[in-house]
Amino acid sequence: MNLALKDIRHGLFRFVLTCFGLGLLMTVVLSMIGIYNGLVADALAVVKAPAADVWVVESGTQGPFAEASNIPLTTRDAVARMPGVAEAGAINFQNIEAAHAGASLRLYVIGYEPGHPGGPQRIAEGRGIGTSHFELVADRKTGLLTGETIRLGRNRFTVVGLVEGAMNAGGDPAVYITLSDAMALQTELDPAAQRVQAARGAVSVKSASVAAVIARVAPGADVELLTATVRQWKHLAALTQAEQEDILVSSVVDLARRQIGLFLGILLSVSAVVIALIIYTMTMEKLKQIATLKLIGAPDRTIIGLIVQQALILGASGWGIGLVLILTVKDYFPRRVVLEPFNVMVLAGIIFAVCIAASGLGVRAAMKVDPATALGS
Amino acid sequence: MADGEILIDVKGVAKHFGEGETRVDALRDVDLQVRAGEVIALLGPSGSGKTTLLNVIGCILAPSAGKVTLDGETVFEGQWLRRDLRRLRLDKIGFIFQTHNLLPFLTAEENVAVVLDLAGWSVEKGRARVRELLDYLEVGRRAAAKPALLSGGEAQRVAIARALANRPRIILADEPTAALDGKRAGLVMDLLRKLAVEQEACIVTVTHDEKIFDRFDRLIHLRDGRLADA
Repeated sequence: MNLALKDIRHGLFRFVLTCFGLGLLMTVVLSMIGIYNGLVADALAVVKAPAADVWVVESGTQGPFAEASNIPLTTRDAVARMPGVAEAGAINFQNIEAAHAGASLRLYVIGYEPGHPGGPQRIAEGRGIGTSHFELVADRKTGLLTGETIRLGRNRFTVVGLVEGAMNAGGDPAVYITLSDAMALQTELDPAAQRVQAARGAVSVKSASVAAVIARVAPGADVELLTATVRQWKHLAALTQAEQEDILVSSVVDLARRQIGLFLGILLSVSAVVIALIIYTMTMEKLKQIATLKLIGAPDRTIIGLIVQQALILGASGWGIGLVLILTVKDYFPRRVVLEPFNVMVLAGIIFAVCIAASGLGVRAAMKVDPATALGS
Repeated sequence: MADGEILIDVKGVAKHFGEGETRVDALRDVDLQVRAGEVIALLGPSGSGKTTLLNVIGCILAPSAGKVTLDGETVFEGQWLRRDLRRLRLDKIGFIFQTHNLLPFLTAEENVAVVLDLAGWSVEKGRARVRELLDYLEVGRRAAAKPALLSGGEAQRVAIARALANRPRIILADEPTAALDGKRAGLVMDLLRKLAVEQEACIVTVTHDEKIFDRFDRLIHLRDGRLADA
């Protein structure tokens, strides 16, 4: 006879309510884990997207994401001609606010050269950029649809394709346009301001600089040697893909990552205390019944089984409810919530350990109960 | 039944709590023998040692001195001679409480079956024994009811069924009729006597209930931890 299940069935509504409460707490824990992962994944998304081996940036800077970098557009040709380089492309990044559907839309604009590295990896809907000007590929999170148009700076661009998971470290969804359009967007003034400047006799000069040049090396080529060679040019610096990712994680999103990490730690501690309290209280409420069981001859293993099984059922239910809830709502979060099976299993392990530890407290109290307390009143 | 087998043999049992100025002698040199088929009552004012003696016989409380033999097995002589006292209770002793103490999350049937489950009875044999007992005690039709839905008398009869389920030869009852009216109290005591005779068991009852004094073979009076009269 399984006493734990019988007891749960007896107070089913209360137990389910407790499990649901614990499940909500687990939802918060899982969402924080997902937000933490999402922050890192978002930060790395834009770096990983071009599938580059080497990032060539302005000397003395840490690349286009950690700080501003400006290098001549001609650097691309110089890098492309280096031994071991399979292909190279120049790219530009900038944040802009655009008006769309009556609202302000914050976008991360990536300018790249079609036919060179730096563009979107996989088009989820529509097609890639096919003309030199005024076409864009947008991340789905922008809310833009293929065929729609949106004004960026002076010009109106047509959305020709959609991608997924392209955003910057701040979570702003990305749009891809041609490098020439991006450079123009960076330097051109809106028509009214331009007319004022023209009236003053100013001459518009387009800058021919880009944020970075990315290179893919040929099979068998030495990436370290290539970066070392690039660094010999005084005005350039070179970073491997791994170095670029390190900079982003340890510099750009470090504070936010640590902030969320610390909060997650506190949240886990609070959850552990809450679980322990629930299990301990559940046991304390049954002390008279435990005394009766001891008096009629129930061995310790029966009493331990009653407490531990209920604790594990509670923990497993809370974890399961939390997992189902977060999987149901995670796509409604404004920023990405990334849950890896490993994270979910680690949380299950933590809950298991907390349940065992908490039921240990309950078992200790139960073992101390004098069977004589079942007699009398 | 005064010539039945001796099931409880308590010799020179003493029990004190505390030491020095705070020492309280709950039992002093108590000798008591109870035979199979006997139904006896432990009487006495509050603090006279009735419950302490019941706890000693029930192997819940270790005496400070003396010897306790249950169903032919010496279980205490200066110290417990059995390590597994719970198994001893399960096999030899049935308890009936003042407030039935049924487990609220089990049905009447399961409350009785839990003892048989702990004792290792097979499910089929256990089920048959539970049915037999509940029908005998006229609560068979309430087998599926939880304790909260049973009347006081029904709950007490289920508690009696639980105490008797594993066929123990020693039944210890602490104020078993306290929650019952006079008529029901008499019925319960008659039932216990009948079962004691049929199972060749003995029943030791702590009671203050004068209405049922005539149901006992012997009235044992305790005063200040000593047997005053037998």
